[in-house]
Amino acid sequence: MSRTSLRAVALADMNGLRTRHTAEFAVPRERVIAIAIVAAMIGLFAFALYRFEFSLTRIINGIGNLGSFVPLMFPPSPGSWPRAWLFLHALAETVAIAFLGTLLAAILAFPLGFLAARNTTINRVVQFMSRRMLDSVRGVDALIWALIWINVVGLGPFAGVLAIMSSDIGAFGKLFSEAIEAADNKPVEGVTSSGGSHLQQVRFGVLPQVLPVIAGQILYYFESNTRSSTIIGIVGAGGIGLHLSEMIRTLEWPSVSFIICLILVTVAVIDAVSGRIRRAIVGPVPQDAH
Amino acid sequence: MATSLKALPAERLAALSGAYASEMRAKRLNTLMFGAAIVIAAIASGWIAEVNLTKFVTHIGAFFSYFDRLATLDTGARVWTDIAEWFWGLKKWSLLLLDTMLIAYVGTIVGALGGFLLCFAASSNLMPNWWIRNAVKRFLEFCRTVPEIVFALIFVIAFGLGPIPGVLAIAIHTAGALGKLYSEVVENIDMKPVEGAVSSGGSWPEMIGFAVVPQVISNFASYTLLRFEINVRGAAVMGFVGAGGIGQDLIEAIRKFYYSDVSAILLLIIGTVMIIDLVTERLRHRLLGAGGQT
Repeated sequence: MSRTSLRAVALADMNGLRTRHTAEFAVPRERVIAIAIVAAMIGLFAFALYRFEFSLTRIINGIGNLGSFVPLMFPPSPGSWPRAWLFLHALAETVAIAFLGTLLAAILAFPLGFLAARNTTINRVVQFMSRRMLDSVRGVDALIWALIWINVVGLGPFAGVLAIMSSDIGAFGKLFSEAIEAADNKPVEGVTSSGGSHLQQVRFGVLPQVLPVIAGQILYYFESNTRSSTIIGIVGAGGIGLHLSEMIRTLEWPSVSFIICLILVTVAVIDAVSGRIRRAIVGPVPQDAH
Repeated sequence: MATSLKALPAERLAALSGAYASEMRAKRLNTLMFGAAIVIAAIASGWIAEVNLTKFVTHIGAFFSYFDRLATLDTGARVWTDIAEWFWGLKKWSLLLLDTMLIAYVGTIVGALGGFLLCFAASSNLMPNWWIRNAVKRFLEFCRTVPEIVFALIFVIAFGLGPIPGVLAIAIHTAGALGKLYSEVVENIDMKPVEGAVSSGGSWPEMIGFAVVPQVISNFASYTLLRFEINVRGAAVMGFVGAGGIGQDLIEAIRKFYYSDVSAILLLIIGTVMIIDLVTERLRHRLLGAGGQT
């Protein structure tokens, strides 16, 4: 029987096929669910646009505005030498904020990570409490922490350091405790069986396993904190962000693009350096979403 | 028994322990130098960042009293004694929080679509043309390196105040971040289905649709959910620069010292972020469990 005639026979008997093989013709449940999810997402999307009073004319006008001032950004230029110097100093401040903030956060989060990990904590209540504390610290953005610290130590980069530190303690504590929980239990058993105390179990059984992981995470956060400390100045906590928002508000476009170029170069340099150190310590690690 | 262990001959023991000691000394020296480098860098950073420990110590009381004030109503009573007074603006704040989440949602969707469209052109296994691939990669890098709040500042000037610049800023940043993650997933796919699709005469879009997307879709969804979580946090501060959402009220309350409002809004944000974290984490585990590949 040739292919075409088989097709013709099958098509002629379509109804019969349907009744005999209902399962094959039924729409699969997963597909129904998938379609429902997509429909719900589109509905929510439309509702959001409606709530935001989204209109095409507004978008077109906005793009027109962008088109009128983006060309003004070229060529990037700081305007004057003293100002270029000011920007470079602010950039150094930005890197210093990121470095010190990350370092302090790592030091403070280190003991917390052990408290929040199932296998090294003192008891379940302490573990639960430290977990929740880390979670709530993590929920507050660095910019909000900056505003709080400005109330304490005044405007300036010091508030930025403290803000980066505060917002990272939560993230570090969580990551550290996860690394500690993933540690192999055999070295710990070895230390226990040769008579080690609880502290010695942690020091010689767990610590050597987790240190490289932790070092990798710290370096990774240093990279991402360089990005966040570029903006922390927007609320007055030091660094290049202060100048950037100032230049945007006063519409000095060549300076804006100059600062953005500075940021891009700095981030690229720090990524390259810390990426190299990180690979030397831990080997290639999967990138986090950031 | 432990007593059956025999001690090594003296000269052999000396050689072994000497080698051990020198190995350890080299390692210690390494660690020490690394530590010294960090300390020097920390001192230099402290100097540049105007770290002032005396100021810190004298003012640290203000940090704790700030939290004390956060927990106090205007009347002087503790906030939890009068929940209704504490959350007096709950209706307004809930709507603003809804806006914040919608900004994150729309920004994530638009950014994910952008990243989806660009990621195939940035993958070395699907885009043989070096120039196009690297141009797309650099573009994605630019999008994710410029902080979203900087985009927001610029867009507020172009599009006016409100959630629209916030959405666009988040969308651009998301496209950059997700485009990179997506392309890494695409670079790790099994190429056999691609060969199959191409050899049976499939065009480029057909090849993507039938050979690539089914392999990557669950990982893409997982990364997108993770990004949504990050974007909710990002959207919460968009209002700081006038780009919509709860941030506007929060910065106003902080600047004007409405302490109980600050704590109420912060609690609402933290609660929302925690719930979203929990839900997306559960969803992601299910997705990756069902998808099989990581």
